[in-house]
Amino acid sequence: MRVNVKVNGVNYERDVEPRTLLAYFLREDCGLTGAHIGCDTSSCGCCVVVLDGERAVKSCTMFAAQADGHDVLTVEGLAQGGALHPLQQGFWDQHGLQCGFCTPGMLLTSYALLKQIATPSEADIREGLAGNLCRCTGYQNIVKAVQQASGQLPAAVAAAS
Amino acid sequence: MFPAAFNYLRAHTPDEAFAFLQQHGAEARVLAGGQSLIPAMRFRLARPGVLVDINAVRDFTYLRHDGQVLAIGPIARDSEIERAPWIGERRWSLLHDVSRVVADPVVRQMGTIVGSLCHNDPSGDWTAVALASRAEVEVRGTGGTRTVKIDDFLVDSFTTAVGEGEMATGVRFPVPGDATAGSYQKLERKVGDYATAAAAVQVSLNGDGTIREAGVALSAAGPCAVRVDDAERALVGQRPTNDTIRAAAEAAERKSAPQADLRGSVEYKKHLAGVLVARGLRQAFARLGVPS
Repeated sequence: MRVNVKVNGVNYERDVEPRTLLAYFLREDCGLTGAHIGCDTSSCGCCVVVLDGERAVKSCTMFAAQADGHDVLTVEGLAQGGALHPLQQGFWDQHGLQCGFCTPGMLLTSYALLKQIATPSEADIREGLAGNLCRCTGYQNIVKAVQQASGQLPAAVAAAS
Repeated sequence: MFPAAFNYLRAHTPDEAFAFLQQHGAEARVLAGGQSLIPAMRFRLARPGVLVDINAVRDFTYLRHDGQVLAIGPIARDSEIERAPWIGERRWSLLHDVSRVVADPVVRQMGTIVGSLCHNDPSGDWTAVALASRAEVEVRGTGGTRTVKIDDFLVDSFTTAVGEGEMATGVRFPVPGDATAGSYQKLERKVGDYATAAAAVQVSLNGDGTIREAGVALSAAGPCAVRVDDAERALVGQRPTNDTIRAAAEAAERKSAPQADLRGSVEYKKHLAGVLVARGLRQAFARLGVPS
């Protein structure tokens, strides 16, 4: 079937099998490898992308066909004009990653969280990221990174959408 | 692993969704949030030939309450309950509790309440909550739409009263009275895991402090979520005392019929059913300002 998905503002029109999962569509059909496939069973959150600018979804548990006609934001769409997104800057400044495998999912889950709650408490952040696993650092610096970015999202959202 | 091949049909109206299901019968499954169905398909535990995607059906997004009934449409997401403006009211404390512990926060942005009921996983959260709240499910079939009590809706593991070519078009929770509170108690090894044991309770008080209504249900305690009738009978008409709570907890422990797995033995899980019912009742009574 033919699908047309707008990823990071660019239309990708492709032929896919209905059973193609969104994560594989992004990586193999669009060449956007930022959505990482970790557990591939909806547990780890490494493949999280943002759907229609507001909803964090695990792209291993959604079909590309479902995204037909929708907007998807991946980690490749966060930085604008060479400037890191405030969340990326937060992860950079606070050393919120080691190997980086979970980072795209952490960033996009946090993005959706900050759209819901502009200035979340530490508890809100820890709860909001409970579906994303990091196996290197522990979560302390990830939480600090999101705290650094909190309150800075509205302008960045306008730029990204 | 990839699911087996299927045909994808996107419905835009309730009538179109229903027509697709009628046309494809037993071969078809409804795709709502997909957070249980897609993993099941990936593990080849489910192999539907046709998926009817209802995510574009605007008439299915509703989440409204009118003083009598809270009506939840087939694609209202778990996260919408969590963020509903009224969810902080005491009468909704059972729904408040469960909305924060279903799966994980990302899954809750896609997962739906109606979908969870239709999936009827033995360890589901919404099934136990629907029992304790005495919810009803609307099912559309060839003869029109019928309303099914949740006790009759939950038939067996992964099996509901929704027949071939039919679909659940909403769930209705009665709006509880003022002097009502509940609690959802779930023990899980980690966020996103299946419950080791879980209990949903909801109680309403009379003006004289006696218990007017009680709902007590367990999940992860048998083939599907189960109402603990004996616990409800032990509560109604009584005062919220330690003895009453103990009687309800003992009934829950007797009723629980779990399977042993990596999460624990049968004996441990039965014990937990009693502990979680007691804990839930204490919290519900505390929310009503009654020390127990």
